[in-house]
Amino acid sequence: MTLPFAFTAADRRLLPEGRAAGPMPWVIAIMVFLTVLAAAAGLALASSARALGDQIAGRVTIQIVEADRVARDQQAEAAARTARALPDVRDVTRVSDAEIAQLLEPWLGPGGLELPAPALVDVDLAVPAALPRLKTAVARVAPSARVDAHAQALAPLRDLVGALRWLAGLLVLLMGVATAACVVLAARAALNTHRETIDVLHLLGATDIQIARLFQRRIALDALFGGGLGFAAGALVLILLAGRIGAVGSELVGSVRLEPAGWLALVAVPMAGALLATAAARLTVERALRRSL
Amino acid sequence: MKGVEARAVASIVKFENVGLRYGMGAETLSDISFSLAPGAFYFLTGASGAGKTSLLKLLYLAQRPSRGLIRLFDEDVVTMPRERLPALRRRIGVVFQDFRLVPHLSAFDNVALPLRVAGVDEGEIAERVGEMIAWVGLAGRASARPATLSGGEQQRVAIARAVIGQPEMLVADEPTGNVDPEMATRLLHLFDALNKFGTTVVVATHDMHLVSRVPNASIMRLERGRLDDPTGALRYPPRVPA
Ligand SMILES: Nc1ncnc2c1ncn2[C@@H]1O[C@H](COP(=O)(O)OP(=O)(O)OP(=O)(O)O)[C@@H](O)[C@H]1O
Ligand SMILES: [Mg+2]
Repeated sequence: MTLPFAFTAADRRLLPEGRAAGPMPWVIAIMVFLTVLAAAAGLALASSARALGDQIAGRVTIQIVEADRVARDQQAEAAARTARALPDVRDVTRVSDAEIAQLLEPWLGPGGLELPAPALVDVDLAVPAALPRLKTAVARVAPSARVDAHAQALAPLRDLVGALRWLAGLLVLLMGVATAACVVLAARAALNTHRETIDVLHLLGATDIQIARLFQRRIALDALFGGGLGFAAGALVLILLAGRIGAVGSELVGSVRLEPAGWLALVAVPMAGALLATAAARLTVERALRRSL
Repeated sequence: MKGVEARAVASIVKFENVGLRYGMGAETLSDISFSLAPGAFYFLTGASGAGKTSLLKLLYLAQRPSRGLIRLFDEDVVTMPRERLPALRRRIGVVFQDFRLVPHLSAFDNVALPLRVAGVDEGEIAERVGEMIAWVGLAGRASARPATLSGGEQQRVAIARAVIGQPEMLVADEPTGNVDPEMATRLLHLFDALNKFGTTVVVATHDMHLVSRVPNASIMRLERGRLDDPTGALRYPPRVPA
């Protein structure tokens, strides 16, 4: 008997034209802006963590710290040979003295090799679990060897990246809650402003759903406007930042970047914001209307 | 016995021992019992503050009674869940004492409101509302906002809005308080015409002159919140021939 979805083209005219009173669209713009940045940080850190994991999983460096250059080279050769003979070892490379010199040059200056530098052997394990076997085998033939798994050395960094990702996620969540709260307040204010009109509509037989839809529509439009604005500002900042990150030229920093799927996820932020706002508005209005007769 | 039952079913409105109390004070309405016959014309009179508007509010479902029984269109509206009230309200046209026009809507859109609420299509709305606006003499003012209309003009918009949906019952609270006698007669004709088509009409008024203009109307008198019904004709109204 009740018509849930009457009011069609003439909807617009039942409440005064223009956006809902108050700063709600601007607050939503700011929220979406911050959410886009936080979400982008989370996504970029995720891709960075992945890159980090791909690069260092199974990567091991054998360092021979030995003042006597002959003994050092002998042990390095022996360690490399032993490593090569083990199962689950994908690749073994002795880092040449020239390369080491190049690596150390920024710190020690040209001719730094006059100082006793360690010999380095890079090992690439097929499975990280092969590490203990490598360690014991190498220790037998090269007493001065230190075996370092990169994953181990970078664990604190990985943990930091992980924690930052959680933080980013938490920020996105909090921003969602704040947006919803702001919409609830705006919807209540709008209800108060239009109290008289709502009462009349009620007495003329309008259903709660019809009235809620009027507000929901208005607030959805506001939220879309604010969300679009916030997203545009956020995207602009991200594009500028991406340029800066590229200019740093570091592999680690460079791995902090957004993939196309990440951008897609960011576009979802204002959409989700608008949906959230619409739902919050509708629930608020319907709850308020239930209190009247 | 059978006859009484038949009458009970035939009433469009039935109040039984209804009381209304605002907040904690004394009862504004007490022991109100009456039945309204479908298709009849009623005047509700009484001094200012007697409770006319309060009684009409119960009638147009703006208020639930503090006690007693109210049946409307043969349904118990006291215990009815509120989701079902809008459907009943659409069958009632109301002229509010304070008009209650929507300030940001034009006269046309105010009159069109009940039709829009009911989902009537815009083509039909344009035609029906246009005619109605002309009928109440506001053809040139259709696009004016209520604030720019005189009191009498606003009242005519309110009346047009109440009757546009051809309601089964029309409830009008002092509908002619702000118009000149000539317009009052014209509006009374409108109510009468509606009544001839079967609408039950209830008009609250102080204006005894107005009352005398509708000879076949019944009169309900409120006195300090109580209905004056010495003959019992209001409790058990005689059947109105169809
Ligand atoms: N919402 C309300 N809250 C508290 N008291 C009210 C309310 N509405 C009306 N009253 C009181 O109820 C009594 C009856 O008021 P009501 O408006 O029904 O009278 P009325 O017969 O319509 O008077 P009038 O002819 O002046 O319009 C008055 O004493 C009034 O003060
Ligand atoms: Mg009154």
